[in-house]
Amino acid sequence: MAMADMRPPIESGCPDGFQYMHPTMRRNFGLWKYHTDPKPGVLRHVAESGEEIFTVKVGTQRILDIFSLRELTSIGDEFADGYIRFTIRSNIEFYVTDEAKVDPLIEAVEKLGYVVGGTKNSVTSLSHTQGWLHCDIPGTDASGVVKSMMDELIDEFKNWNMPNRVHITTSCCQINCGGQGDIAINVQHTKPPKIDHAQVSNVCERPSVVARCPVAAIRPAMVDGKPSLEVDEKKCICCGACFPPCPPMMINDAEHSKLAVWVGGNHSNARGKPTFQKLVASAIPNNPPRWPEAAGIVKLILKCYKEDARDWERVGEWVERIGWPRFFELTGLPFTKYHIDNWRGARASLNASTHIRF
Amino acid sequence: MAAKKIYETPMLDELESGPWPSFITGIKALRDNHENQFIADVTSSLLGQLEHSYETRKGYWKGGTVSVFGYGGGVIPRFSEVADAFPESKEFHTMRIQPTPGNYYTTDMLNQLGASWEKYGSGLQTFHGQTGNIMFIGTTTDGTQKFFDDINDYGWDMGGAGPCVRTAMSCVGAARCEMSNTNEHAAQRWLVNNFTDDVHRPALPYKFKFKISGCPNDCQNAIERADFAVIGTWRDDMRVDQAEFKKYVEAKGRQYIIDNVITRCPTQALALNDDDTIAVDNRNCVRCMHCINVMPKALRTGLDKGVTILIGGKRTLKIGDLMGTVVVPFRKLDTREDYEEMVELAEEIIDFWAENGLEHERCGEMIERIGLVNFLEGIDVEVDPNMVSSTRQSSYVRMDGWDDEAIKWFERKAEA
Repeated sequence: MAMADMRPPIESGCPDGFQYMHPTMRRNFGLWKYHTDPKPGVLRHVAESGEEIFTVKVGTQRILDIFSLRELTSIGDEFADGYIRFTIRSNIEFYVTDEAKVDPLIEAVEKLGYVVGGTKNSVTSLSHTQGWLHCDIPGTDASGVVKSMMDELIDEFKNWNMPNRVHITTSCCQINCGGQGDIAINVQHTKPPKIDHAQVSNVCERPSVVARCPVAAIRPAMVDGKPSLEVDEKKCICCGACFPPCPPMMINDAEHSKLAVWVGGNHSNARGKPTFQKLVASAIPNNPPRWPEAAGIVKLILKCYKEDARDWERVGEWVERIGWPRFFELTGLPFTKYHIDNWRGARASLNASTHIRF
Repeated sequence: MAAKKIYETPMLDELESGPWPSFITGIKALRDNHENQFIADVTSSLLGQLEHSYETRKGYWKGGTVSVFGYGGGVIPRFSEVADAFPESKEFHTMRIQPTPGNYYTTDMLNQLGASWEKYGSGLQTFHGQTGNIMFIGTTTDGTQKFFDDINDYGWDMGGAGPCVRTAMSCVGAARCEMSNTNEHAAQRWLVNNFTDDVHRPALPYKFKFKISGCPNDCQNAIERADFAVIGTWRDDMRVDQAEFKKYVEAKGRQYIIDNVITRCPTQALALNDDDTIAVDNRNCVRCMHCINVMPKALRTGLDKGVTILIGGKRTLKIGDLMGTVVVPFRKLDTREDYEEMVELAEEIIDFWAENGLEHERCGEMIERIGLVNFLEGIDVEVDPNMVSSTRQSSYVRMDGWDDEAIKWFERKAEA
């Protein structure tokens, strides 16, 4: 097609959400008074006007085929006046104004194989990256990890068993698209990239790759008479930052790309300021199709948290209160030299006091 | 209609058991039952390649350059590196499409979007990716333009990809949450739709993200994930319904209220009175939300609402994770002028960063490199003690401008 025949885009940007919003929500926008939690997976919001709306929260596979999408929309048509939204963890929320429709909706959606829950002090669905299904730099899969973990944590999604809400995240590389979580399962590479020297000069802009390295471990080099790059393997922190701009810097390795588990990431300002997650376990095998070792560690941490944390404590607050020595005692996980930070600002994470629990 | 070729997928088959919905079962349904031959074949080939990834523990997609006419970004090009073995998914590009603030849809609109994608793509979609976009996963280069032309006609536009202003995100917000202190929809659309050119034509040092949360619970993860985080808050007293509070005390017991509400206040701004009412020291309340979260019927946010703006949050690459830093402690967001001023601040910040940021340097990393004060001077914002957790600890700094700065402080105080 000639350029002149091409259709110019309408740069409409982010669309107006009010046109897709339940009329009860439009009417009571900014005028909600309080909410109650009738049962797991269900919220009841009451407006100043006295109007009520029920939310039924349903876990999905996130990678939705059109058949599944149509199943969900027909549930929305039958029980929820045709209005829904998705949470940032890819749960679908149905909005119901008629309380009598809540239980039939739950029954219908469960009959189709979906799971109701994820509200209040439950383990909600994992935040979900792309992984092997579609990413160009992944060290592991995402959808398979989420499916495997949620199969194991299904009762924690469907019930209010936890001291507070638990957000679990996964990331398939060390860019960490999955974000911060109470528990994070992230790829951790353990060896420097293997370099395909024959390809570097064909596909990489070498100065950009050099600049991308956080520890200045990459420098230009001539290899076999061709311009390439070399890595100072003593300096290399195996982060994989060089791989996206330069695929011949092959960081992903079937054996040496491992998983690490982190705890205590929390985006809320409630009680304390937001916190970043901290390392608890590494060298966990990247073991498809069900990643049993990683799931085992997540379940272990959740078990200890459930038994030992106080009401409203998030995972990170619990560890903060009981101290790291007790965390390692309770979980039985090893404490190693790798747990001690040496990145910028690391001194702030050292104990410069006599605050020690005996 | 079934796919022309079916690949063995013993590892993926294991992901069909268990109680959580299975994406593998869904993709297989497309392979086996979809009447469109392209969808049946491309999903079959996708399963073959994914099984190969599971066996070898490696990914096999590479990027490239695919775009729709008039734009420079928004398509995530994917070309298979193992197309010889799995030829039908040789091209499998994703379309990033901007959702509404808070991700609201009618079922009719979802069905319409799904039908368009079924016509030009694989029949696989995701609500939503970590970028906040609707991800329509898997089409050919030809399909990207046709799909975009179709949905663009009924109101949907591409999201950001690459070094540009990215698709923005908001929490559920005032539409269904009593904690909300702002109109997240208006804030998101005012901000991101001012930068549509910067969304569609990547020309910035790196990505720039707007995220909006209606209250400090920050359900949208704005502080730790957005270059420009807008968080709803209030500055008058929180509302207390003492009768409801007493009911909580009666129902839960004094011990529970002391352990879970009074002593959990980070600034000790709460007290339980002898008559089972609550006393609130509003001047020392930091709007953390905890007590309101525990008893939403008794305690509510105040009525003099506005937003706090934090700049520079980002994830790990390259210098480590950074939280956003307070740059605007409080501003009203009610009138057209209020929104316009917020957009002007965003423009100042993006312009300064575009000029001073290094290649692939996020705004927060630039602030880390040049210091907050240089950044504030660059965007013409005055210093404020709300921007720091503590004052400086190091004496290694040249301070011969002190008297002038002190005069400025008193002048600003007098103006306020």
